[in-house]
Amino acid sequence: MIPIRLSTPWDRIRGHWSAATWLCTVHVVTGAAVAAVAATTIVGLAMLAVLLVWTVVVPLLALPLLVASVPVFTRVQRARFAALMGEDIPRVPTKPVGRYPLTWLLRMARTGSTWRQLLYHLLSPLISAIGLFGVVGVWSGGLVTAGVAGRGWALGLDWMVALFGTIAVFLLVVGPWVARGIAGFDLLAARALLGPSLSDELAIKVETLRESRADVVDAADAERRRIERDLHDGAQQRLVSLAMNLGMARANLADLPEPAREAIVRAHEEAKQALKELRDLVRGLHPAVLNDQGLDAALSGVAARAPIPVRLRVDVPERASPTIEAVAFFVVSEALTNIAKHARATGAEISVRRRADRLHLVVHDDGQGGADPSAGTGLRGLGQRVGSVDGTLRIDSPVGGPTTIEVELPCE
Amino acid sequence: MRVVLAEDSVLLREGLIRMLDSSGMAVVAAVADAEGLLRAVEEHEPDLVVTDVRMPPSHTDEGLRAALVLRRRRPGLAILVLSQYVEERYATQLLSTETSGIGYLLKDRVADVAEFLDALRRVAAGGTALDPEVVAQLLIRTRSDPLSLLTPREYEVLALIAEGRSNAGIAETLVVSEGAIGKHINNIFAKLELSGADKDHRRVLAVLRFLRV
Repeated sequence: MIPIRLSTPWDRIRGHWSAATWLCTVHVVTGAAVAAVAATTIVGLAMLAVLLVWTVVVPLLALPLLVASVPVFTRVQRARFAALMGEDIPRVPTKPVGRYPLTWLLRMARTGSTWRQLLYHLLSPLISAIGLFGVVGVWSGGLVTAGVAGRGWALGLDWMVALFGTIAVFLLVVGPWVARGIAGFDLLAARALLGPSLSDELAIKVETLRESRADVVDAADAERRRIERDLHDGAQQRLVSLAMNLGMARANLADLPEPAREAIVRAHEEAKQALKELRDLVRGLHPAVLNDQGLDAALSGVAARAPIPVRLRVDVPERASPTIEAVAFFVVSEALTNIAKHARATGAEISVRRRADRLHLVVHDDGQGGADPSAGTGLRGLGQRVGSVDGTLRIDSPVGGPTTIEVELPCE
Repeated sequence: MRVVLAEDSVLLREGLIRMLDSSGMAVVAAVADAEGLLRAVEEHEPDLVVTDVRMPPSHTDEGLRAALVLRRRRPGLAILVLSQYVEERYATQLLSTETSGIGYLLKDRVADVAEFLDALRRVAAGGTALDPEVVAQLLIRTRSDPLSLLTPREYEVLALIAEGRSNAGIAETLVVSEGAIGKHINNIFAKLELSGADKDHRRVLAVLRFLRV
């Protein structure tokens, strides 16, 4: 409803009679017409189906038609609220519609909001009838009594003028309130029955959250790739060049005094060490080979770098999305880091399989077990990264070993 | 020796040119992308190509793909691939046609000038130079029985052969006599059932078996 904010009495009267009031009146009147058509159709079809149930064909036609008509009437009602009251009844989230008419019908019939909408269409004739009588009664009553008062004034009957004049003023002042009240009540009913229910709203919220989280995860992944590229093009090349120049100095400047030579040798060794550390760091961020050649190629590199023997089996006939591949890569490299740090294992086995739309990872080691996700940040980080793409993580690590980490990732 | 160099980082390209020039090799062309590399090889017909893996325009593995194209077009051309990371998969692809005149090293190795130049010469002479990291990666692949018969020492020797080392080089690395290495190698040949008369050929076959290419 358009809010009425007024200061002077005249504004108050004018506001009282404003366009919004007239639109409310029109709303109530048109509501009666729409409600009559809707309710008649629905009740008519229902009765047809019940009375002619023995024909089988008629109910089979009438009931689907009934279900199908509900969203149509809802759309008309929503348009009415929008046009005449400026009120937007939130749309019920459209669920993926069935491919065939029959699946669509079943889906509609199983949805709670369809039945709530039906209830509104059956209830609205009642609201509209009360509204119609109220509004039309008050307006016409006001006009009639004003006419009678005028007549009394013409006849010089003061009591008639006073009595009917008071009634007319009262009815005409009350009229807008009645119109607004009825329209307001109608709006409440429509909001409750035509709009999304609490569970619908939650479903919408979950969907939005899921989408925005996927965006955030993708963005973080893209950022990691960008940092990797920047380091590759910048710092790494510079360090290689530095190490190479120091290497040339070391090779060619054999006749330098010993302290100077020693300084060059140390700088050279440190530059090489820095290169190695930077390479390990950057590779952990996002290995380039993961983009180019996929999980198999990237994981065999990780497995090779592990300080213990690792057997690797990868069976991924169809590549997953870059984000899922990145998570899978992170899981394996993080798990291997953990094994190297804590497990005291003599060997590990990794298997990665894709079955339909799931990527299944198993990392197994023969170490001392007792891995506890609440103890270190490693396993918790693993859980968070897996959870961020709606994957599942299962850790089986009894004290004394062995440890098995199983991860399932969705790849649509 | 005439060399064509492909490297997109100006800093590194200039450094490599300086290093190669000072060691008596002639860099006849230095380019920044794979397209340029293919053209320069057509034009200059070098003895050796040194190429980066990740280059414009897509910054993925165009250098490697260019190397594979060159290997198909000019089977005798020696190619050394340099990369910020070495990947077993790339090595397998590089070695899939033939294992002579090919090198695959981490860029870090240019820091050790003498060893790097040695690897360059080895590749140019038709040998191989594989980064120890690549070899380590190839080791973890689950393998069939003949290789699992090897003792750890023989395995080590085979890995060094795969890197492209000579018997003398292997002996020096493992701090044993050259004669001991010869004995190990004969054991390896026997276990891998490579009993042909041509000894160089057996060496390549053993490496191929080892790399599973």
